[in-house]
Amino acid sequence: MSLASGRFKAVMRGGFALAFCGMVSVGAALPAFAQDVDRASLSGEIVSDGSSTVGPITQAVAEEFAAEAPDVRTSVDISGTGGGFERFCNGETDIQNASRSIDEDEVTLCEENGVEFIELEVAYDALTVVVNEANTFLTCLNVEALRTLWEADSEVTTFADLNPEFPAETISLYGPGTDSGTFDYFVETILGDDGEIRQDFTPSEDDNVLVEGVAGDPNALGYFGYAYYIENEDTLNAVEIDGGDGCVAPSPETAQDGTYQPLSRPLYVYVNVASLERPEVQEFVRFYVEQAPELVGEVGFVASPEESYTESADALEAAISGDSAATPEA
Amino acid sequence: MSAQASAKPMSPAGVAVGSGNLAGRQAVSRLMTWVLFGATGFAVVVLIVLLLTVFTDALPWLQPGLVRNMPSRRAESAGLFPALIGTMWLIGFTAILAFPIGVASAIYLEEYAPKNRWTRFLAVNIQNLAGVPSVVYGLLGLAVFVVGINLGRSILSGALTMALLILPVVIIASREAIRAVPSSLREAAYGLGATQWQVTRSHVLPLAFPGILTGIILSISRALGETAPLIVVGASAYVTFTPNGILDKYTVLPMQIYEWSRRPGDDFQGLAAAAIVVLLVLLLLLNAVAIYLRARAASRMRW
Repeated sequence: MSLASGRFKAVMRGGFALAFCGMVSVGAALPAFAQDVDRASLSGEIVSDGSSTVGPITQAVAEEFAAEAPDVRTSVDISGTGGGFERFCNGETDIQNASRSIDEDEVTLCEENGVEFIELEVAYDALTVVVNEANTFLTCLNVEALRTLWEADSEVTTFADLNPEFPAETISLYGPGTDSGTFDYFVETILGDDGEIRQDFTPSEDDNVLVEGVAGDPNALGYFGYAYYIENEDTLNAVEIDGGDGCVAPSPETAQDGTYQPLSRPLYVYVNVASLERPEVQEFVRFYVEQAPELVGEVGFVASPEESYTESADALEAAISGDSAATPEA
Repeated sequence: MSAQASAKPMSPAGVAVGSGNLAGRQAVSRLMTWVLFGATGFAVVVLIVLLLTVFTDALPWLQPGLVRNMPSRRAESAGLFPALIGTMWLIGFTAILAFPIGVASAIYLEEYAPKNRWTRFLAVNIQNLAGVPSVVYGLLGLAVFVVGINLGRSILSGALTMALLILPVVIIASREAIRAVPSSLREAAYGLGATQWQVTRSHVLPLAFPGILTGIILSISRALGETAPLIVVGASAYVTFTPNGILDKYTVLPMQIYEWSRRPGDDFQGLAAAAIVVLLVLLLLLNAVAIYLRARAASRMRW
């Protein structure tokens, strides 16, 4: 399911891929050349906005970049993925952090404003279904069970409704609020495109509130990003997910090798191609792709597979070198 | 009075409401003492619990690095320096903008404006504005300052929005202070041939100054803790720099607290608590300055 992002990538990169398919090898050679740029001499301002989930990754990259290029002024805003895209497609920001890929309306808006962009996949987040530590019977759920549990008008009210062997205790559900990208991804993946979620769960935009809710209630069940589970491992139990090939526990390894399906989702960064004409943005994004595999782990996410970063680097170099030749296709 | 009270009707149940049942009334009175004390105590206890929790969480993180360092993904080396500087820029400009406009409005409304329906209409609306939720000011600021006159997501946009937010409170507090100046003073000055402005400048304002100052500091304290409108007008969650001018991007302490508190892990919760302590200290410092200035101004007064 997370591979559906490939579809968007194909769409987004279409223009560049066609224009630069011959330059990929050239592009791949460029990063080595790019190292010669003296980052300490760079200056200017880099503005980024978007998802508050992806924000910490961009912050970590900016923090490291600031050590090499102290005169570059980087800021990270957190208007949310949707609010961020609005600004990005108005040409107000250089970099857009997104916890989902750009949607069609946003593509249209970008086209209308002549904003060309590239999409870089920077990390995976393994959405983790958790129960209270006292709950040792619920160890695995398949997608079908998750759907019957979370869908609107669900008839599941107790654990026994999931499996007659479980105790007949009423489940209290916790989940991210409707404004979050995590919510969107979960609903779309588990309940389908037209799926509607049940209304009787406790929502919060703050994942720490969800953690406390599940940790304090023996009959609770909730879901949120892996980072919040791993930091609270001692008070929560993660439920393994059966995506069709048996039960798989969420972990950096299973998210990266694609066995933790379908709840591992890709996180993206979008870059305005026009901004890439500025050397500080060029270097920052190069640095981003270089450092992301290592840095994302430090802020609680999972590195994407290596080829994904190679692809990102190629797309980036193609966009940088092609800035004069790439007339906007929109 | 007591005759009237004793003539009061009985309640439907037939129990005397007024005099008569002395022991009963005294019991109710004693009970009320405890109820009222409990109500007061409740607020104080909640405050104490809140402060204790915050301080316990914050204690390990209250180190010099906290105010000196830049924010970081590593909790041990994370600091709030840009947020602290950003808050000072923002609050400074908010005060510079709100103070003269607010006090001037108050002077006009109290000293100059004719006492008619129009003035009352203005006054009522200013009171209403004081009750408007802060995020609404954020939306106004976004539409007018950020987008409308294209100031961008700068300190200036933020300060203008915050100034609008606190103006009603500044005006109301300044009016109260000006109204408290005895009119005999004004009349005496007029009697000596002073113009209206001379009366206002050399008699009313100096005497009202301590009260005005209290109002300003209270409203600045409010602005200090606001997050919602600043998110809307574009305070960043993270910046790698401190502002050089009023058109720069910025972050502020409440944003830093928000940013840290939503991070996973206890370390960042501790940092958030420590940032709250820094905010509280800043608040107390501001209040202390205000109290000092007020005491100084009051001691100079000769009525």
